[in-house]
Amino acid sequence: MTDIIEVKNLVKKFGDITAVNDITFSVARGEIFAFLGPNGAGKSTTIKMLTTLLDPTAGSIALAGFDPKHDPHAVRKSFGIVFQDPSLDDELTAWENMEFHGVLYGIEKKVRRERIEKLMTFVELWDRKDSLVKSFSGGMKRRLEIARGLLHHPKVIFLDEPTIGLDPQTRNHLWNYLKDLNATEGTTVFFTTHYMEEAEKVAERIAVIDYGKIVAIGTADELKKKTDTSSLEDAFLALTGRKIRDEEAGAADAMRQRRQVWSGGNRR
Amino acid sequence: MRTIYILWLRQIKRYLRSKSRVFGSLAQPLLFLVALGYGLGPVFQKAGEGNYVQFLVPGVIGMAIIFSSVFSGIEIIWDKQFGFLKETLVAPVSRVEIMLGRTAGGATTSTMQGIIVFLIATLIGFRAPSALSVGLAVILMFLIALLFTALGTIIASQLDDMQGFQFVVNFLVMPLFFLSGALFPLSGLPSALAALTRIDPLSYGIDAFRTALGGAPVFGLGLDLSVLIVLTAALVAIGSWLFSKIQI
Ligand SMILES: Nc1ncnc2c1ncn2[C@@H]1O[C@H](COP(=O)(O)OP(=O)(O)OP(=O)(O)O)[C@@H](O)[C@H]1O
Ligand SMILES: [Mg+2]
Repeated sequence: MTDIIEVKNLVKKFGDITAVNDITFSVARGEIFAFLGPNGAGKSTTIKMLTTLLDPTAGSIALAGFDPKHDPHAVRKSFGIVFQDPSLDDELTAWENMEFHGVLYGIEKKVRRERIEKLMTFVELWDRKDSLVKSFSGGMKRRLEIARGLLHHPKVIFLDEPTIGLDPQTRNHLWNYLKDLNATEGTTVFFTTHYMEEAEKVAERIAVIDYGKIVAIGTADELKKKTDTSSLEDAFLALTGRKIRDEEAGAADAMRQRRQVWSGGNRR
Repeated sequence: MRTIYILWLRQIKRYLRSKSRVFGSLAQPLLFLVALGYGLGPVFQKAGEGNYVQFLVPGVIGMAIIFSSVFSGIEIIWDKQFGFLKETLVAPVSRVEIMLGRTAGGATTSTMQGIIVFLIATLIGFRAPSALSVGLAVILMFLIALLFTALGTIIASQLDDMQGFQFVVNFLVMPLFFLSGALFPLSGLPSALAALTRIDPLSYGIDAFRTALGGAPVFGLGLDLSVLIVLTAALVAIGSWLFSKIQI
């Protein structure tokens, strides 16, 4: 069987900036795959191209066998996504946000209602289901985004820094849920993270991306072996020469974090 | 169909929850109704044109509709800024359905605004000829609202922030409104102005409206409806196409 995600020589330029610079990789069906890289490395841009939100400048993509540019509808049917940036409707209640999603994805009513309750209970928001999202804290919003992303059981799920702003308990909870989904439904999981231990513990393979290029790809052990280091953190440093730290945020990220602060978000 | 419905429902819920919008956008039409209706009424009467309030009400309802429709179309900019648009765009639904759902939602809330203005106008003395004409007027309100919501959506799909919004109001909505015959009869105008009023789609909306509510037609209901329907269909098609091109 072919790989569920196949990316060849993918490039994305924004004017003079080359956000994604000729990357090639593939993800097997049912794999848990991580993108690890510093701020501004091009992780979110790659995900946006895979999920039909951005057209590539050059290169080719096949997701579940379809090209996002030529057959966006088929691609959209195959994936679910938890965005890095907020994407909830603040003027709707938590439950309404879930319901909206469920209807858009054509989930049959009975299943939809059951899953909504199950997932909202899972992220501990069921008792707040009728509150407007604008009254939520940053972490609560994040949890709702995640619950919503999991609602329709896609073939591939993209999670762009899903655990940012979540407490360790919820984080654990989430990964267990995803691993379970991966095991029982064969869902492919594609995530980005800044947390080394998360990548190491959860992902089967990790791609390290820096300045729009994939500098290394493989299992955590392979990366350590390749760089002759004993921890993923050191391997990462050896590969990129940079520390992943939120404090090192680039301008775009700093802005995003400010926005989160304004909207009541709590980062960790 | 379900996609259109849920998108529609979302707009209605947002509208009903935002009291400031419901009431705030009534201020302007009411001001026009009272200040112009009573202020210019005597002059209008003297010129032999009849009762100005009776003439003005369809125009002012048209005003309430065009402003609130363009504005609800423009709401997409908020969705872009608050990120919700991404959620809609990655969903496996056709762009035509997204466009239709949004447009129908915005048009419904604008029609509600129009109905409120109509009720208030009735309180201050406006008389519709019959219940049937009121029914027809409401249908026309919805049709006009569809057109301008679609227009607002198209404009908003090309803007990234609210800064362009004032520009749109000054250079599009205001001229469309003032040139539409909402405030003055379209007969006997200088030819340049007459030509402008004829390319203004709102002119046909207001004319249809006024005809339905017992006024004298300028273009005739047949032409009015044809223009409105064809234009709305074209705008929905363009809007759907632009939706498929949005890059985030
Ligand atoms: N719409 C845009 N216009 C211009 N430049 C952009 C745009 N989107 C992203 N970029 C730039 O592309 C580069 C990659 O950004 P991207 O968001 O993909 O990084 P990332 O790896 O997700 O980083 P982070 O860890 O901060 O989320 C950055 O330099 C960013 O400034
Ligand atoms: Mg990112």
